[in-house]
Amino acid sequence: MDIGVPGESKAAGGTATGAARATARPAGRRKGRSVPAPVLNVIALVLGLAVWALLAWRGVGGLPGPLAVARRGGDLLRDGTLEGDMVASLRRVLIGFALGTALAVVVGFLMGWYPVVRGLCEPYIQFFRAVPPLALIPLAIVLMGIGETPKIFVIFLAAFLSSVVATLQGVVGVDRTLIDAARVLGARDRTIFLRVVIPASAPFILVGMRVGLGSAWATVVAAELIAAQEGLGFRMQHAETYYDLDTIFVGVIAIGVLGLVMDRLLLLAERRITRWQERR
Amino acid sequence: MTSKISFRDVTRTFPVNNGAFTALDGVSLDIGEREFVTVVGPSGCGKSTLLALAAGLDEPTSGEVTVDGERVTGPGPERGMIFQQYALFPWLTVRRNVEFGLRLTGLPAAERRARATHAIELVGLADFADALPKTLSGGMKQRCAIARAYAVDPEVLLMDEPFGALDALTRVQLQDQLLRTWSAQRRTVLFVTHDVEEAVYLARRVVVMAARPGRVQEVVDIDLPYPRTEQMRLSPQFAALRNRVWNAVYHQPPAAARP
Ligand SMILES: Nc1ncnc2c1ncn2[C@@H]1O[C@H](COP(=O)(O)OP(=O)(O)O)[C@@H](O)[C@H]1O
Ligand SMILES: [Mg+2]
Repeated sequence: MDIGVPGESKAAGGTATGAARATARPAGRRKGRSVPAPVLNVIALVLGLAVWALLAWRGVGGLPGPLAVARRGGDLLRDGTLEGDMVASLRRVLIGFALGTALAVVVGFLMGWYPVVRGLCEPYIQFFRAVPPLALIPLAIVLMGIGETPKIFVIFLAAFLSSVVATLQGVVGVDRTLIDAARVLGARDRTIFLRVVIPASAPFILVGMRVGLGSAWATVVAAELIAAQEGLGFRMQHAETYYDLDTIFVGVIAIGVLGLVMDRLLLLAERRITRWQERR
Repeated sequence: MTSKISFRDVTRTFPVNNGAFTALDGVSLDIGEREFVTVVGPSGCGKSTLLALAAGLDEPTSGEVTVDGERVTGPGPERGMIFQQYALFPWLTVRRNVEFGLRLTGLPAAERRARATHAIELVGLADFADALPKTLSGGMKQRCAIARAYAVDPEVLLMDEPFGALDALTRVQLQDQLLRTWSAQRRTVLFVTHDVEEAVYLARRVVVMAARPGRVQEVVDIDLPYPRTEQMRLSPQFAALRNRVWNAVYHQPPAAARP
């Protein structure tokens, strides 16, 4: 039996026409007797916890059990550590992400609109896309010291690089006849840019933003290895030195949950903004 | 008859990797004020290029395109265009699509609304004014595109295979609707099609083009009266004209053999 993951994104490109409805609501539209996807998801979670608990109980690899981790999570929440770490990490990610995607949208549009800009920027973007942002951490530290700047910079770069290409593709891919249609209706460049190119490439930009957020979040943990005083990445790194597996687990779970929540929020925004799209 | 659109020895070449490709070669053509002219020809003979030149979306390599005696230097609201692929803005409702051109003219909102409503009613889309294009059928999409062009009230309508993607029944309905509006408002229409029957049914003159290089092969006068009817479609005169255009399109002498 095939199971639709609830909310699974089909943002970029799709397939058969007939699948349109099923894509939008995978859960409810399956064959008669099948179990609804959310129920399966819950079952999977419970099973996963059970396996985890079993492994921990058998003492595999010194694994802490779910209860121990939950207790540690509660402690860290109560004394404000977890909250402080989450706020610190989120702050870095959101600042880096906001700067990165904002610049990506501007640069992507300029590259798509002016071939000269594209020719000038493309080699650098291609080059830095080939360098994992984490590989720039040593360089960032040397150049920018050990404060907030290098961390935010690396996250910024990760977000920028992954969404600039999407924006560029969106702008380049705008249907020529839409631009021609606007021109024969009397639109000038400015209007075409604001009223045709931007809305037409919005779906690409939003996909780019989601990818950008993903890579920004992925980068934050590593960025926080740069002599941070707080943050989820720092907390886990710190816990590692004390072999404090409970705290490491809490960190992993917090990172996963926050990442998921942010992605779903963007997905929701994307769905709203691109409701006009033909879901192929 | 005064000529509304004039092509004077128009040549358009496109640079390609090994030199230049001649899409239009010395095309001269006059379209009269309020005339309905169709253009047929094999694919690649430069029909779309011809329309783009009249629309001001493209410029001739040599020669001159004039509308009302003035050289075309760019698009203008007096020349509306309809595309085969509808070219509706998918993020705008039918009404907003129709209002797109009107918003650019700085018309007061009330007037804009009234004109959009009128255009939407004219094409029979009143019940779908607030629908997004993705919910419309092909025929409805094209009607919306036509309403969008009508709304700015152009004197010239340039139509590039507008009904080419529609099923036969819808196509006939839209042909008749187009002719009705044309009879009432008498715009100048330059209509490109690859459907010989459609070309003959709609036009007062059919321009037959040939390819490689793109050029005017023959201009066929269609001396059938308006309004055109279904009866006429089945008449022997219609069949004779259709055969003549058909032969001109499909039995073209090769380019080298022409005088
Ligand atoms: N921008 C372009 N660059 C190169 N060749 C072009 C371009 N536009 C059209 N052509 C060529 O010019 C010819 C005429 O094109 P077009 O006017 O679209 O033909 P039609 O509409 O009659 O099918 C075609 O062979 C096409 O490949
Ligand atoms: Mg064409």
